[in-house]
Amino acid sequence: MGEGVSYQAQQQIKDLGATNIIVRSVKPPEDSSRTAGGFFIPYGLLREDYTRILANVPTIRNAVPMREIRKEVRNEDRAVDAKLVGCTPDYLDLNRLRIARGRFLEDRDLTEVANVAVLAAHTAEQLFRHEDPIGRSVQIGTDFYVVVGLTEPRGASAAIGGSLEARDYDLDVYIPLDTLRWRIGDMVMTARAGSREGEIVELSQITLTVGDLDEVDEAAAIIQSLLEKYHKVRDYAIVVPKELLRQAEMLRMLFNVLLVLIAGISLLVGGIGIMNIMLATVTERTREIGIRRALGATQGDIIRQFLTETVVLSSTGGLLGVIFGFLCIPAVPMIRRLLNAFFPHVVASLPPNLQKLEPRIALWSIVAAFCISVAVGMLFGLYPARRAAQMDPIEALRHE
Amino acid sequence: MSDTTVASPVRRVVARIVDLRKDYVLGKNVVHALRGVSLEFRQGDFVAIMGASGSGKSTLLNLLGCLDKPTSGRYILAGQDVSQLDDYALSKIRSRYLGFIFQSYNLIPQLSVVENIQIPLQYQGDDSPAALQRCVRLAKLVGLGDRLDHRPTELSGGQQQRVAIARSLVNNPHVILADEPTGNLDSATGEEIMGLLDALNRAGRTIIMVTHEADIAAHAHRVVRLRDGRIEHDGTP
Repeated sequence: MGEGVSYQAQQQIKDLGATNIIVRSVKPPEDSSRTAGGFFIPYGLLREDYTRILANVPTIRNAVPMREIRKEVRNEDRAVDAKLVGCTPDYLDLNRLRIARGRFLEDRDLTEVANVAVLAAHTAEQLFRHEDPIGRSVQIGTDFYVVVGLTEPRGASAAIGGSLEARDYDLDVYIPLDTLRWRIGDMVMTARAGSREGEIVELSQITLTVGDLDEVDEAAAIIQSLLEKYHKVRDYAIVVPKELLRQAEMLRMLFNVLLVLIAGISLLVGGIGIMNIMLATVTERTREIGIRRALGATQGDIIRQFLTETVVLSSTGGLLGVIFGFLCIPAVPMIRRLLNAFFPHVVASLPPNLQKLEPRIALWSIVAAFCISVAVGMLFGLYPARRAAQMDPIEALRHE
Repeated sequence: MSDTTVASPVRRVVARIVDLRKDYVLGKNVVHALRGVSLEFRQGDFVAIMGASGSGKSTLLNLLGCLDKPTSGRYILAGQDVSQLDDYALSKIRSRYLGFIFQSYNLIPQLSVVENIQIPLQYQGDDSPAALQRCVRLAKLVGLGDRLDHRPTELSGGQQQRVAIARSLVNNPHVILADEPTGNLDSATGEEIMGLLDALNRAGRTIIMVTHEADIAAHAHRVVRLRDGRIEHDGTP
């Protein structure tokens, strides 16, 4: 379980990239934004921020600004509520997306402010059921965009600790950032529960990459102070995956320590149980011990006999434990399905990490489990075995 | 019947005790269980040790069986003084030179007849097929050839004692020590067991037997009577 949790977290964070710094626009709390006045609420990162950061942080190797808007994308009578992403060519590598066919956006598209679009797998499938989307055009707002490429499906990344939302890449439409700015603009209207809301956001996110892991903290600090200077309200968030990695590592360690502690306590309890059973066995078999001693068994022979019995007992336990561990692999999804069938709202209320948690079995842990159970047998069997061996043979023979 | 053979000086001494003493400390009192006992046992002897309870006969048997160490005195068994050996060495001596027959048979209930007979050999580290063959042969010798895989609980008292006798023979001991071997048996079965011991003795086995029944002691050629930790009588029954 511990392995499963940490694997999930580490995978997510690796996806973000350890040398990256992510700066996101965050909508400030309602009341403070209202005072800004007007129907459209401006907030978030500005294009100025982008240039300022580039100018002031020398260690930055790569910077990818992007803007994302929920928008309806149409192909004739088919429509999809897609996530429209205005971005630069670097966006592809940054998010580990792969091109299935065609090409991704190129620098030329940005300078020409071209009306081109790259569709994510699911988007393409929804808009073009049985046709080849490449070369066809889709409608976004009032404009038409030529589809130049398709990306491969990519699993969603889960949310991390509230600072990053879960991101599903499969319903994306990618267009050049400048095209989005000129054709659609910064203003977005959303109809929500009868009332309309508008907001003005220049950039949704800037992903910055520094050259070396050591430079991350410094760069993040500079960016922090830059943004603080120019933003009156905290309408941005800085996410440092390296920091998250460290936190996750800490969390994993805590989790593992906890598990080890629990395992340790159960081993202790189990060991004491074994010791008790063996002490009872030794008492019960006092006479047998006396007989064996009279017939030539040395103290070592008696210790060996009882230790062997204890180790057989405990390693049988260990083996059963490993088998139960393996049974967890099919059992966890099964339990989840059951829960889903009978208590769907309970499952829905669980954090997504827990919903998708898969137990992983580390190979070393099987070996360790077995060795530990043998060791527990040895350790807790030693005292009863020694007691058996140190009995006076005459007394033992007289024992009823 | 074999008084002449007992007296024969040709037979070698298998065990000898010299001025053996054993004190027990019980609280503040010291109990002198044996107060200087000297005896010699020769190859082929059949000796009965008799005496009232508290006379020291059990103590003597425990010392002869290397289950206990004397407070002072010497015990020479198979040519070496074993009186002050440590626990490990005594275990090895028991394993090599001694056979035990107990009043309550003392078979291990989880093991079959053959396995019970095999125990002494296991502690000699001999688990060869030849050893197993030997156990089967001994089971047949005591008349249990058809019950090799039975558990002790499935056998009568007499049969269990036969298994114990076979077990006492398996390591080819210098001395067989029998502690009231017929004590738990009715007189008819007791006679059968004594007949078996007689036969073994005729075959050359040295048997030292503790008993308080005169008619059982009559099977022996020599009776040692103890009283208060001293030898009161040593001679023919």
